[in-house]
Amino acid sequence: MSELKGIYALWYREIKVFSRERSRIISSIVNPILWLLVIGGGLGSAVSFKGIFQEIDYQSFIYPGILVQTALFSSVFFGVYIVWDKKIDFMKEVLVSPLRRTSLFIGKVLGGSTDTLIQIVILICIGFVFISIGIMPKLTLNIISILISLIFLFVTTTALVSIGLIIGSQMESPEGFQLISSFLIFPLFFLSGALFPISNLPPWLSPFIFINPITYAVDGIRGAMIGISQFSLAFDFFVISMFAFIMILLGTYAFKKMKI
Amino acid sequence: MISTNNLTKKFENLIAVNNLNLNINEGEIFGLLGPNGAGKTTTILMLTTLKLPTSGTATINGYDIVKDSDKVRKSIGIVFQDPSSDEILTGYENLKLHGWLYDMPDKLREDRIKEVLELVDLTARKDDLVKKYSGGMRRRLELARGLMHHPKVLFLDEPTLGLDPQSRDYIWSYIEKLAKEEKITIVLTTHYMDEADKLCDRLAIIDYGKIIVLGTPEELKKELGGDIIKLKANNLNIESLKRLNYIKNIAVSDGEVCLTVEDANKHVQDILSIVGKVKSTEIRSPTLDDVFIHYTGRGMRESSPEGGWAEKAMHARIKK
Repeated sequence: MSELKGIYALWYREIKVFSRERSRIISSIVNPILWLLVIGGGLGSAVSFKGIFQEIDYQSFIYPGILVQTALFSSVFFGVYIVWDKKIDFMKEVLVSPLRRTSLFIGKVLGGSTDTLIQIVILICIGFVFISIGIMPKLTLNIISILISLIFLFVTTTALVSIGLIIGSQMESPEGFQLISSFLIFPLFFLSGALFPISNLPPWLSPFIFINPITYAVDGIRGAMIGISQFSLAFDFFVISMFAFIMILLGTYAFKKMKI
Repeated sequence: MISTNNLTKKFENLIAVNNLNLNINEGEIFGLLGPNGAGKTTTILMLTTLKLPTSGTATINGYDIVKDSDKVRKSIGIVFQDPSSDEILTGYENLKLHGWLYDMPDKLREDRIKEVLELVDLTARKDDLVKKYSGGMRRRLELARGLMHHPKVLFLDEPTLGLDPQSRDYIWSYIEKLAKEEKITIVLTTHYMDEADKLCDRLAIIDYGKIIVLGTPEELKKELGGDIIKLKANNLNIESLKRLNYIKNIAVSDGEVCLTVEDANKHVQDILSIVGKVKSTEIRSPTLDDVFIHYTGRGMRESSPEGGWAEKAMHARIKK
């Protein structure tokens, strides 16, 4: 009971802070829209999927990838706030309370995941607007596809927030955090098939794609939203669940070892 | 209430706290004094379970800080040296968060928030974001928060560092008030001597991680053995002063001599006639500043083989 209340306290703090920092929400929404319109529209005019699959426009194709991209950036960067917590003594205030370190980690993961999912929900609403004005004609947004996507994104997000928190718990400065996390985020994004189909890859590239857990998140959501996927929904979900499980375990360990 | 047993903390190449043995009684205000880097904060961090001792241990409220750290954490409150409240939350929200972290029942939490806000005069500002608070208000909020869950022991790490004189006076009166009203044991670190003199029932001066001297402020001042006479002159006949047995201590620093003298009023005439022509004299009773300089001595630091301790500590921290 006491641990649950503590977890709730930490979650409450993240949500309050998130809702008060409007610039965080706005900047996190503007980027994906730029990607969709500029990369999606510009590159889309030159990209044709003829011979791979029929009649899919490029913007509909990358929309699931952009959702995952948003989750990826926002979740991992969430870890930087723990570096700030350490810089001011807020982290000590929490560590000196009777709350267990595991609960601290879980509270942080839930807080970060909620932040990210709020951004995702806004992007899904924008998706509806784009569909209604004729952009992304092949995208299917209905209760089932949205529900599946949200479940996928929640699981993926808990894994990614954990990664951010693991890095954050080991770093002393926000600059160091940015450096390390950029090294991680960009390969995870570009090697996920978010921007291109993964069915006809050059042989040297495919191993990198298939060992990247983010690939399976994109694949599952793409399957739900436009009906194109490389693996079965169950397999995709299994991979990202394992990914989340391992990252949460590692994160719990990192928090137990965290020094102040 | 608190007792340490050979408490020691070593970092790579320095000993921050060296076999510290200390007993602090229930209900007293105890001061830990020392120069920067003397080991005060490290001691507090160990007692509050945030750092593990290298060897030795301590008990707080009967619980061991290593084996029963959960129970220790429930028994203590702490106000850290640096701000530790979330500035994007309101004062009230920070306190509510604290109540949740300490698993306080809802009704008790709300009652207690009201009480402590009143104690530190922040009731009117409770719904403002903490970033709109002044430094002094923020410290008061953190003081209120440290008290909220009825700790047996409250640790204050440099409670007035960087505050203006008015805010310091405020904080002091709150600390005195709560020591009286809440009857809790308070351990504070400071390097302001006037603060220690005003607040502490007993204090320990530590340096290089060891206790140099311990006692009530009055005892320590008395132990210096007399009053202070300060003389300013160009050429002083110091050698002849050394022969006077009522002079306990002579400290010379460029053109100034500080004498510790038994019954200064009686002997000042003799002293003046011996030393020759002086520019000015000053007689006063000793303050804790004198005690502090007597025991930690500015000269001692420079001549010590371990000199540059503070720089070493900084260096170790950067490397880590």
